Amino acid sequence: MTGITGIGIEHYLVVGAILFVLGVLGIFLNRKNIIVILMAIELILLSVNIQLVAFSAFLNDLVGQVFAMFVLTVAAGEAAIGLAILVIYFRGRGTIAVDDVNRMKG
Amino acid sequence: MIQTFAFYLFAFFVIASGVFTITSRNPVHSVLWLILAFFNAAGLMVLVGAEFIAMLLVIVYVGAVAVLFLFVVMMLDIDFAELRGGFIKNFPLGLAIALVLLAELVLGIGAYRAGSLQLGVADGTSAGLAGESNTANIGVLLYSDYIFLFEAAGIILLVAMIGAIVLTYRERPDGARGHQNITKQNMRRPEDATIMTRPEIGKGVEL
Repeated sequence: MTGITGIGIEHYLVVGAILFVLGVLGIFLNRKNIIVILMAIELILLSVNIQLVAFSAFLNDLVGQVFAMFVLTVAAGEAAIGLAILVIYFRGRGTIAVDDVNRMKG
Repeated sequence: MIQTFAFYLFAFFVIASGVFTITSRNPVHSVLWLILAFFNAAGLMVLVGAEFIAMLLVIVYVGAVAVLFLFVVMMLDIDFAELRGGFIKNFPLGLAIALVLLAELVLGIGAYRAGSLQLGVADGTSAGLAGESNTANIGVLLYSDYIFLFEAAGIILLVAMIGAIVLTYRERPDGARGHQNITKQNMRRPEDATIMTRPEIGKGVEL
């Protein structure tokens, strides 16, 4: 499973897992700051991409890298739309505090 | 051995910059740490031979998404100190959930190490040609088997682009489209814009 260098798939999985947990922790720590929440989501997507690429290399199957590319696409679209919503929300309200976001009474 | 060293270097920096991303006091610093995390993740991907995804990560994330974040953070005039109010209060809950998640992931990786459940046999049809580069192999796969998904990804990006423009577009009070008044531009004649003068020698032109 591990090559001559001693680095195996588990090493990549552990890095991805730690990064994923950091992303989730970031969402909880910065509950009020939606910009950092979006950045934490980007960290989560990055960890998923690392896992996909690691498995792709491990299984010698390029589909994992193709899928990572689609994850990248969706992440870029999500960041653009999220930041656009953030900008118009700030324009209307003058604040981005997540606690005050209750216009839709959800 | 250089690979081992490189792996631990990239892994250390990607995790450290992840930590600083979520704990920085200033969101601008958070974005910069996020960029460092992306660079090191790209390094990790280069190590396993996935250079196309690695370069895509640098171009798309560092070049576009992170800069977009930076623009928005700097554009919005917000007192970020106030937004950090719940940091200490949320810390125990967040840490508990993070620990539960980490335990689950460690358990999952341990179970994976112990021997995977054999749900099927990989047929290896998507392995790519041995002599070709990673980019060429991905291109062959992307433009044959995954062409419709590729087109769909393009449509997703188009919709996201139009959506972002429509959301942030602001109509001017005077009815002009942004700064541009097309009717006024079309009504403009050469006589309105240019004048012919014959100044005397040694004297300037009064405009």
